[in-house]
Amino acid sequence: MLRLVKSAPPPLALRLDNISLCRGGRMVVDSLDLDVPAQGITAIMGPNGAGKSLSLRIMAGLVAPDRGACRHDFTGKQDIALVFQKPVLLRRTVRANLAHALALYGVPRARRKVRIAELLEFGRLGPIADSPARALSGGEQQRVAMVRALAAKPKLLLLDEPTASLDPQATDAIETLIRDTAAKGAAVVIVTHDRGQATRLADHVRFMHKGTLVEAAPASDFMLAQKSPEAQAYLAGKLLL
Amino acid sequence: MQGFGDAFAAAFALIVGFDADLMEIVLLSLRVTLSAVALACIIGFPLGAALAVGRFPFRTTLTVLINALMGLPPVVVGLGVYLMLSRAGPFGALGLLYTPTAMIIAQTILVTPIVAALTRQIVADLDTEYHETLRSMGAGRAARIGTLLWDGRFALMTAALAGLGRALAEVGAVMIVGGNIDHVTRVMTTAIALETSKGELAVALGLGIILMILSIVINALLMGARSASERAAYA
Amino acid sequence: MRLTSLLVAATLATPAVADDFIIVQSTTSTANSGLYDAILPEYAKVDDTEIRVVAVGTGQALRNARNCDGDVLLVHAKAAEEAFVSEGYGVSRSDVMYNDFVLVGPSDDPANAKDADTISAALDAIATARALFASRGDDSGTHKKERALWATTTTDPSDASGAWYRETGSGMGATLNIATGMGAYTLTDRATWIAFANKGDMRILFEGDEALFNQYGIILVNPAKCPLIKADAAQSFIDWIISPIGQSAIAAHTRDGQQLFFPNAAK
Repeated sequence: MLRLVKSAPPPLALRLDNISLCRGGRMVVDSLDLDVPAQGITAIMGPNGAGKSLSLRIMAGLVAPDRGACRHDFTGKQDIALVFQKPVLLRRTVRANLAHALALYGVPRARRKVRIAELLEFGRLGPIADSPARALSGGEQQRVAMVRALAAKPKLLLLDEPTASLDPQATDAIETLIRDTAAKGAAVVIVTHDRGQATRLADHVRFMHKGTLVEAAPASDFMLAQKSPEAQAYLAGKLLL
Repeated sequence: MQGFGDAFAAAFALIVGFDADLMEIVLLSLRVTLSAVALACIIGFPLGAALAVGRFPFRTTLTVLINALMGLPPVVVGLGVYLMLSRAGPFGALGLLYTPTAMIIAQTILVTPIVAALTRQIVADLDTEYHETLRSMGAGRAARIGTLLWDGRFALMTAALAGLGRALAEVGAVMIVGGNIDHVTRVMTTAIALETSKGELAVALGLGIILMILSIVINALLMGARSASERAAYA
Repeated sequence: MRLTSLLVAATLATPAVADDFIIVQSTTSTANSGLYDAILPEYAKVDDTEIRVVAVGTGQALRNARNCDGDVLLVHAKAAEEAFVSEGYGVSRSDVMYNDFVLVGPSDDPANAKDADTISAALDAIATARALFASRGDDSGTHKKERALWATTTTDPSDASGAWYRETGSGMGATLNIATGMGAYTLTDRATWIAFANKGDMRILFEGDEALFNQYGIILVNPAKCPLIKADAAQSFIDWIISPIGQSAIAAHTRDGQQLFFPNAAK
């Protein structure tokens, strides 16, 4: 299809440029090009083993690719934050978890108290602020992990199936936090298997299969009609081989 | 033949009589052992953590060495420290041989490998859980070690207790570097050895019973403190 | 962090004891039989110097003193003591006191040692009967004496080591405990024997031979070899112990009504 009017490309938060990664003699990410728009929530979808989580870790700088580059303009280590499917909270109170994160992000001691209060309010964690974090329910722990990731006001928030093991109420609470974060102007990337969640949250969809990008589209278009047979099969619940 | 009945009677008489010499010996035992364990923790915790998460040459070699040193015979440690502190040795001028300080040094050497080796295991296990999270938060190695040690604090108390058990029970090292001098360097274990050599088996066994009670009380206190603070700050 | 530094400070601070003490490297028999408990309070009446006794076997006491880890030696192996002095480690040696060695063993006396005329004959009887004999085996004064006594017999017990001749490698008390436990003969000084509480079925089976004489000596460790020796304080203690007052304090020490050591310092 020929475009007659060439619109300016939307600004990007981050771009994976021809990335390849080999694990155990297998190409798990294969010449992947994937961009993350600076505005809105981007959902990365795809079957298990598509390389979604690894791509997320490459974005976060936790995994170095064998080839290619992860390009972005962030400078501070606190600009990109990552939330895992299974939250790992420290063996301390909720408040102490947040204080620890702020210390790691280099927030001066004098400013931590105010920031902790803001974060507790944002995550609606006030009533459990002084509970041992490890004793909380799964949903509460994930909310703490979300808020902890936001401690230093990251410009890019990466979420790896953050609600995969949560009940609907807890999922709803997390999704509210995600929306609020995006509304404040941060770019958000969420890896999800949940079509409903992608529909509810995402502005953009990136569909991956076998370590490579198969389809990139605005979320509304993608949910209506998928161009690639892989995405069609995936959303229809068929096994992809 | 003197039996257990005599031993318990002797222990009971010593405790009830609140024997001044016994108190002195018990207090010195506690001072030497607790000091040695405290020093061993100050050295062993960071050392074990560094072995668990650090990257430096000979790390594996050092780990194997520390693990092996856990089984070091106290007599060998005592001899080594004796040779160092003897007036004919390199540190003889300090005049530390046959003092409680010499005993603390020897027991610190004895206990540090235990604390360090157990710390390494505890921190390594915790690190597998925390590694990605801490890295995603941009934690450097020092911050990681600090976090892991603090979050492993209850498990590390077990490491300290293992060291305490070893220090409280050993006689070989303190006998050689302390000399078992009455009112100066006589502790529970050397007193037990002395009473045994006098053939006062009931008294020796009685002292052994008191040492056991002491060990049980210390362990119970620390475990109690542990579970109380664990409930308050941890799940 | 403040707690840590406090701990370190508390740990490393040596107790505030004045410097006026001396170390006596001693044989165990004197300490185990309570001699020092009896005479040191007497010395405290005339001198402030604290006497710290490290009781080990004579062999180890001599080795420790060779390393300068003692100001005074009080042991019982005259030949080794004289060698110690002639090699320059000690200033001079003085006789202090004596007692004697005794042969102890199970009261049924399977080797019939009690009927022997001499200690040599008694030991030969044990060897002939292949009765168990517990040897110190630790180069102590008693061990040196025991080897010297075997040398007067027709037996070399080394050949039977591990069979009927058992080398414990331990102190006198430990060796007596072992002998009691397995019903073995052993050689011990009389003071340790009298004070020993775990005699069980054991009793003295042979005594009184002149060869069993047990002399104790005292030596000032040589300050010329060991600059840290507190020679003045040490010499004061030696002077006292061989003085009439010290000698009578030794004579006054008894266990169960029996005198343990007999003073014989040169007048």
